[in-house]
Amino acid sequence: MSETVTLTIDGAEIQAKPGQMILVAAEEAGIYIPRLCHYKGLKPHGSCRLCTVTVNGKPMASCTQPVAPGMVVETKTEALNQFRRQILEMLFAEGNHYCMFCEKSGNCELQAQGYRYGMTAPRYPFQYPMRDIDASHPDIFLDHNRCILCARCVRTSKDLDGKNVFQFVNRGKHKRVAVDSRARLAGTNANVTDQALGACPVGALMKKRVGYAVPVGQRLYDHKPIGSEIEAKASR
Amino acid sequence: MAKPKVATASLAGCFGCHMTVLDIDDRILKLIELVDFDKSPIDDIKHFTGRCAVGLIEGGCCNEENVHTLQDFRKHCDVLISVGDCATMGGIPAMRNGIPLEECYAEAYLVGPSVHNPSGRIPNDPELPLLLDKVYPCQEVVKMDYHIPGCPPSADTIWETLVALLSNKTVDLPYELIKYD
Amino acid sequence: MNPNLETDIRQICKEFGNDRGRMMDIVIAVQKKHGCVNDDAMDLIAKTVATHRVEVESTVSFYAFLSTRPRGTIVIRLCHDIIDKMHGSDAVAAALAREVGVPFGQTTSDGKITLEYAPCLGLCDQAPAALVNDVPVTNLSTDKARWMVQELRKHHDPNQLVTEFGDGNNAHELIRSMVYNNIRKRGEVVFAEMKPGEALQKALSMSPAEVIREIKASRLRGRGGAGFPTGMKWEFTRGAPGDNRYVMCNADEGEPGTFKDRVILTECPDLMFEGMTIAGYAIGGNTGILYLRGEYAYLRSYLEHVLADRRKKGLLGKSVCGAKHCFDFDIRIQMGAGAYVCGEETALISSCEGTRGDPKNRPPYPAQKGYLDCPSVVNNVETLCCAARIMEKGAAWFAQMGTTDSPGTKLLSVSGDCKRPGVYEVPFGIPVREVLAMVGAEDAMAIQIGGASGQMVGPKDYDRPISYEGLATGGSLMVFGPKRNVLEAAHMFMDFFVEESCGYCTPCRVGNVLLKDRLEKILNGQGEPGDLDYLQELGQTVKVLSRCGLGQTSSNPVLTTLKNFRNVYEGLVKVNQDKFQSSFDIKAALTPARKIIGRESVIYT
Repeated sequence: MSETVTLTIDGAEIQAKPGQMILVAAEEAGIYIPRLCHYKGLKPHGSCRLCTVTVNGKPMASCTQPVAPGMVVETKTEALNQFRRQILEMLFAEGNHYCMFCEKSGNCELQAQGYRYGMTAPRYPFQYPMRDIDASHPDIFLDHNRCILCARCVRTSKDLDGKNVFQFVNRGKHKRVAVDSRARLAGTNANVTDQALGACPVGALMKKRVGYAVPVGQRLYDHKPIGSEIEAKASR
Repeated sequence: MAKPKVATASLAGCFGCHMTVLDIDDRILKLIELVDFDKSPIDDIKHFTGRCAVGLIEGGCCNEENVHTLQDFRKHCDVLISVGDCATMGGIPAMRNGIPLEECYAEAYLVGPSVHNPSGRIPNDPELPLLLDKVYPCQEVVKMDYHIPGCPPSADTIWETLVALLSNKTVDLPYELIKYD
Repeated sequence: MNPNLETDIRQICKEFGNDRGRMMDIVIAVQKKHGCVNDDAMDLIAKTVATHRVEVESTVSFYAFLSTRPRGTIVIRLCHDIIDKMHGSDAVAAALAREVGVPFGQTTSDGKITLEYAPCLGLCDQAPAALVNDVPVTNLSTDKARWMVQELRKHHDPNQLVTEFGDGNNAHELIRSMVYNNIRKRGEVVFAEMKPGEALQKALSMSPAEVIREIKASRLRGRGGAGFPTGMKWEFTRGAPGDNRYVMCNADEGEPGTFKDRVILTECPDLMFEGMTIAGYAIGGNTGILYLRGEYAYLRSYLEHVLADRRKKGLLGKSVCGAKHCFDFDIRIQMGAGAYVCGEETALISSCEGTRGDPKNRPPYPAQKGYLDCPSVVNNVETLCCAARIMEKGAAWFAQMGTTDSPGTKLLSVSGDCKRPGVYEVPFGIPVREVLAMVGAEDAMAIQIGGASGQMVGPKDYDRPISYEGLATGGSLMVFGPKRNVLEAAHMFMDFFVEESCGYCTPCRVGNVLLKDRLEKILNGQGEPGDLDYLQELGQTVKVLSRCGLGQTSSNPVLTTLKNFRNVYEGLVKVNQDKFQSSFDIKAALTPARKIIGRESVIYT
């Protein structure tokens, strides 16, 4: 399609492709909208709500909202930042996020969003849920304590790996990722080369025996906030 | 003019955060110019000698004694700071949360692989504080004014926070100083 | 493995065309036959309809009425909402647990009886109520509860618990229920006489565009609560590209305190089916789906009978009302299985497609891509009744009732502390005070209007009209008398949302748990003034950030009580001088250790 849609994001006029989601259009223009459940190559999911922006003053998830001509989008108002902090604090309070010994620490997107928003401790009481670890598979483990229910593994396995290893079961606070076998992960056709592993933003779905491979100080988010690489595009 | 006083305590923690306070290296000399230490394992003062400007708490609350100490700090300190992940979120000790307390006691005193306890009883000396039903982060027991995450927080993080507070500035840590590991 | 399981599952799957899109029907049928959908069953179903086992588990585990583990051959589900509680359901629960011999959530060791709680069963005007398998048992007392269990132990037949039938069609041989309609006021739209086919004939004499124009001219708005203009919805659906178009009737009446659709389904299903057929004609669709909540399964055979009758009369099926109209339309019934969120239109569609009842992302809207990605219109039971009546009597006739923005009548389901609970058909715009006088609740201290997702308002709002522009409601009006605690009600509503959240998005899944916990803290006398700000901020976040209508209204119990009954909160919270957390209870925290160690604390004596 040759035509473009013109909209305003954070005061700047942006050209976007018709049908493009606001989050992606912003990203192409060097504006980073924080996200957790959004993952390149997958259909938008809209579950974490971290990417909420205002569109003509109305709050909307930017990962599921397509651009429209003349839209006025704000992505970084103080109110939005407050909302995002609360979402992050909810996620930290909901699960069991022990960053101090997590193999994903330093490369974890949830943690990185916490850093980006300067979170020191959640305002909400920790729920300390009882959750399971599935270490049955020889090469992969699934630690439900760290899961934030973003469905990136579910969708990647289905849409990119062409498998169907994961799906959600139960609802509400009991919702969790389940695997396609009653014999746990070992009984599925999950493989260590599956893209689903790389899709997990946190340390819930990981390769065994490669923890802590990158020294502290050299990890993805040790020095620069998540999203800096997108924002760098704008300043170039 | 008298120097402001700082008190510290290690509750359910590993003392790693206290070690990090010492890790500020030669800045410790500057710190001593700025403050006096009151109740603290650093100087081994066991009881508060007076009101303190700042209390630094390492560790969460896993037993009644932790709660008592924390409440004592809250009474005596103007500003109370959670230092480290155990104080802010329970940390490694909180991994027992969700496991019935009976199993925790049994693992520690009766059936754990390294236990030698011919009596087969859980010790019951009043000197041993009773455990709480779960490990509580400090802010769930008393109001905390600041939280410094990290396991442990870096020496720079602790230093920056203290200096800001003692010079009446707002604590605004740069990106690289907020870490959860 | 049960040797019959494989044969039965093959048979059941075949019956539904081995179509995984009919997963709801398949798993409901399997459970009916085998008591649950266990591991073996999930494996077999997956194999038979060529899907993944985890997809089957995903669906089964989502719905409260479905189970992967065996339950009793008789499941007693006691309604667990605020109105039932006000009418003594706690005592009934205790009596049931004693008589059955197991606590709620468990099954007797002989595998005969399971006790469970259920959210609103749609029987608040005859509370306390329970479902025994599919059979509603109403006006429970402790004596009746004991009697019920003793009877069940004798004959194991829930149907035999019905010794007397309710009014109207409840006595119909295909319903045979003790439920009462309690229609207290009949209006001209829904509860008036109708001749099946009359409205439809009129509609078919017009072009679909003219039908839509007529509905638009009537200014009819959705009766489920959101109030979207029905004519526009139909127009969008008609205009969207697609080979098939679907009409879905939302009979997943789950909003606590609402039961008017149950009465429509019992007394005037023809009007509703006629509305669906007219909608099908207007949008250019050939298929209608009635999504019937699992709680109303006892009405299913009767509704199937009405559908069969309409087919016989030529009002459904091939060439509706004669070949000259070139219009084929039929309706199937899709059963739900205990999930409030499926009343949300996109969740309803997910459920009809055989998956978990997760709402979908919008856009695209159902009018563009709904059921099976085809343009679909989802309307409330009452809305479709109105549409049929509009075709019969004309838009102008309809629009002169009610107010400019809210034309027509509205069915109210009234329950709680009032003399005459039941269903009232009133013109829109009627002031609350007038309704309260009508139902015998002049001394109401508060009313919850619009169900759990609605608002709690007090006397200062009683002169406001019930309408979309005033106090909006999908039909629920719960009355709280002078001695009630509005915060206890709010707490129960939050409990409801915690149970019913699908868990898809963060704010609703986590935020509601946090709201409920903090409300509990305040009710326990451990609250501080700061907790009110916490609730306000958190409630607002859940409202603004949640993904669907359920989430966006789930914090209303807290937000509206904070707004209208702040004094109640303020009376409960205490300023805390020592900066200790009043919610931290050292005595309670030490209880397990004191029991294990066998001594008291030496510090906290």
